[in-house]
Amino acid sequence: MNFEFRAIYWRDMIKFFRFKSLLISSLIQPVMWLAFFGLAMSDSFDQLTSLIPNISGVPTVDYLSYMGAGIIAMDVLFTSLFGGTTLMFDKKFSLLKETLASPVPRSHIILGIGLSGVTKAFIQTFIIIGFGKFIGMDFFKGYTLNETFIAVTGIMLLVAIFTLGFLFLSGSIAITIENPEGMQSIFSLLSMPLLFVSNALYPIDAFPAVLKFLSMFNPLTLLANGIRYFALGQNFSAMGNHYIYTTADIGMSFLGLILFALVMLSAAIWRFNKVNI
Amino acid sequence: MTGNVIEVNNLEYAYGSVKAVDDISFTVKQGEIFSFLGPNGAGKSTVINVLTTLRKIQKGEARVNGYDVAKESKSVRRSIGIVFQMLCLDHEMTVSENLEYHGKIYSMPKKERKERIEELLKLTELEGKRDTLGKELSGGMKRRLELARGLMTKPAVLFLDEPTVGFDIQTRMRMWEYLREIKREGTTIFLTTHYMEEADQLSDRISIIDHGKIIVTGSAEELKNKLGKDLIYLETSNNKIAAEILRSLNSVKTVTEDTKSLRVMIGENVTHVLPQIMEKIRGKG
Repeated sequence: MNFEFRAIYWRDMIKFFRFKSLLISSLIQPVMWLAFFGLAMSDSFDQLTSLIPNISGVPTVDYLSYMGAGIIAMDVLFTSLFGGTTLMFDKKFSLLKETLASPVPRSHIILGIGLSGVTKAFIQTFIIIGFGKFIGMDFFKGYTLNETFIAVTGIMLLVAIFTLGFLFLSGSIAITIENPEGMQSIFSLLSMPLLFVSNALYPIDAFPAVLKFLSMFNPLTLLANGIRYFALGQNFSAMGNHYIYTTADIGMSFLGLILFALVMLSAAIWRFNKVNI
Repeated sequence: MTGNVIEVNNLEYAYGSVKAVDDISFTVKQGEIFSFLGPNGAGKSTVINVLTTLRKIQKGEARVNGYDVAKESKSVRRSIGIVFQMLCLDHEMTVSENLEYHGKIYSMPKKERKERIEELLKLTELEGKRDTLGKELSGGMKRRLELARGLMTKPAVLFLDEPTVGFDIQTRMRMWEYLREIKREGTTIFLTTHYMEEADQLSDRISIIDHGKIIVTGSAEELKNKLGKDLIYLETSNNKIAAEILRSLNSVKTVTEDTKSLRVMIGENVTHVLPQIMEKIRGKG
């Protein structure tokens, strides 16, 4: 059994904690999303939706909590989508040369980078949940300790699979493209539809049919659904919409994300095996 | 193990239609320093890339440490250390972390890693720099660290691709000292260079390579005798007359006339012959 991916992981973590600017900005970014975007949007949304009568018998969730799940998804998306960038620079400055010339299988490089991305995503998720609770996000409301633990574990699992998928995607692009500008523009191009054709920030119930259909396959939607299921419960209403998440829905989230991650993994292995030194 | 650590038979390599390596065969013996000497673009790096399995072999056969580079690339990779032409250290990691990482990706056990790092820091005189970041090292120290890294796994062969390009003569001579020390410890060294004195100073055997072909192989002494001791370029007002004069001298082996200059191959030490040549030519005006 080979464990060389641990070396890749070790190196990436050293650098994560060494580059103070990277470390601090990645810790502050989720707080900023919540503090500025989150609070501003939730106040407007709550004002707009205050006239809509609550659905009786169903717990009502305010916009901040609804969006909190989306903020986790979005923040993790950005970190992992841009996370592969390091590989392009490693390749450009021939840092990868040493590793590519070693007996380490290429898949281990991808796996090591993927796992370090998951670690970073976990840190950010905890920060969002922690800071979110502090400013009044209703995650895990009325849960027992045990239920909270299961909910957090579920969220972490989903976040991990999602992060791996996008890191594999980002890694494949980074290792293929030669110039940083090209890569940045591809990532920006990808992140726009991913973010807006999803239910991360607002409900999709009123979307045009085509967008609604597309959004169902968006990994971001799958992740946001899953987080809401675990954090807000199976049955709640938000902004006048009634949400019921069944076991089938959460199964869909898991399966969809696993499928996405596997497809991206094979793409990454294919691209990495093509890399010449 | 005695015998040949590297065996290459009829190796060919082409980039598209351009042949970079053209039917090369050679062997490197256990424990020797073997050099490929030739100008930039002669195909030296390509040979290294094929032998280190970084490029797939196209034609011919090559074995490193007894393993076939085409079929047993993993075993080949485990047998070798490489110092690349371009510096490729992690500038954001310390000297010892760079070595530690290398040991880790070759799955060296922790205890062995620690011991080896100490040995190598001592060998390359980087003990005082173990916690210094890569980017804070001088050029020569970076090269030494790469040398240490290449030796981390106690390889059977160490490959060095132009190890001293761009360094001043002191740094270069120091590098040679380290390489001799590594050789004394029993590591076989394969290096490429375009510096004649580097090949001359270090190597047990040298292959002169150009346009993808080996022109001649032998020890530095043999090559000098075969080719003549030294080569000088002369520019005179009348090359025809000068060439005639030169040909009449015993110490001059061959004279070739180019459009502008004369290429003179001398059989003896140039410092003795040069005044003689000058005198003769001056005598004729």
